[in-house]
Amino acid sequence: MKALRFLIPLGVFAVLAAFLAVGLKLNPREVPSPLIGKPAPKFALPLLANPNQTLRREDLLGRVWILNVWASWCAACRDEHPLLVEFARGKRVPIYGLNYKDTRDAGKQWLARFGDPYDASLFDQDGRVGIDWGVYGVPETFVVDRDGVIRFKHIGALTPTILRERIEPLLKQLNV
Amino acid sequence: MFRATLNKSLAVRASPSRAVQRSLRTLVNLSAACLLAFTLALAVAAEAPQAAADPALEKRMLQLAAELRCLVCQNQTIADSTAPLAEDLRRQVREMIARGESDTQIIDFMTQRYGDFVLYRPPLKSTTVALWFGPFALLLGGLTIFVVVLRRRSRMTADQFEPDELDNPPPAQR
Repeated sequence: MKALRFLIPLGVFAVLAAFLAVGLKLNPREVPSPLIGKPAPKFALPLLANPNQTLRREDLLGRVWILNVWASWCAACRDEHPLLVEFARGKRVPIYGLNYKDTRDAGKQWLARFGDPYDASLFDQDGRVGIDWGVYGVPETFVVDRDGVIRFKHIGALTPTILRERIEPLLKQLNV
Repeated sequence: MFRATLNKSLAVRASPSRAVQRSLRTLVNLSAACLLAFTLALAVAAEAPQAAADPALEKRMLQLAAELRCLVCQNQTIADSTAPLAEDLRRQVREMIARGESDTQIIDFMTQRYGDFVLYRPPLKSTTVALWFGPFALLLGGLTIFVVVLRRRSRMTADQFEPDELDNPPPAQR
């Protein structure tokens, strides 16, 4: 037993290295949202395409839907956009956009140029609804279930992996 | 003006070489520029708070904002950060104060949306016990090991230690 005492520092080092290795892989940008499993925040916003039409949280109860926060000034939104357009073609769930801190013209032009995967985009000019949803890094994507409860949130650009391994299984679980 | 006096006082000194004189002059010019910049910065800094409509409200807003982490630039508070989100959240805090809401209500508003992560002082609860007391536990553990080792060593006889280096041999060996 005594002969193995020289291994103690090695053991301590291994534990430390394991902690640091895990720490290195964590992404500090991804703050777990306290909103998951909670009712989606209330909102009533005009549509990007039509200022006279308002969409409320209550209008979407009873169906599973996806909220994607985007802006024309956001570079990562452009990265994920083709994927979203592709996903929308499958018509599995309605996708609503939250056009965050943008101008109407820039937003509309952006959609005309890169394609519009959204059933509609809500126009959140001053970012107040964004604050209610805990948005801090555009793009962000939420999945809301039939009861209006947030089931999933992804911060940053969507990837095929996230879509395949997180969102698709969740949709299946929600019987969509 | 003060530069001129300084230059004069430099000239009076027992003639230093040209190069030294030149570099000294550059130094004086530089420090004058720094001083000017600093004074200007002070003047600007002193003016900023007056721009706010209600100094008392602004002060309380900044106090609260200094407790909240900006999620965009995570090592800054909402008070320090110039990120658009931080500006929005300062506006939010300002509005809530104006509505007469308490500090607790405002902090709750933020944690409901962004989680405990926004708090620079994390709350004490079951999930944060390790965070609050972990360092003290480690310190105590380290001290215990230290004391145990010291005690064990003090009980050892002298011949159990390696002899000292013999660069300067001890005066009188037993």
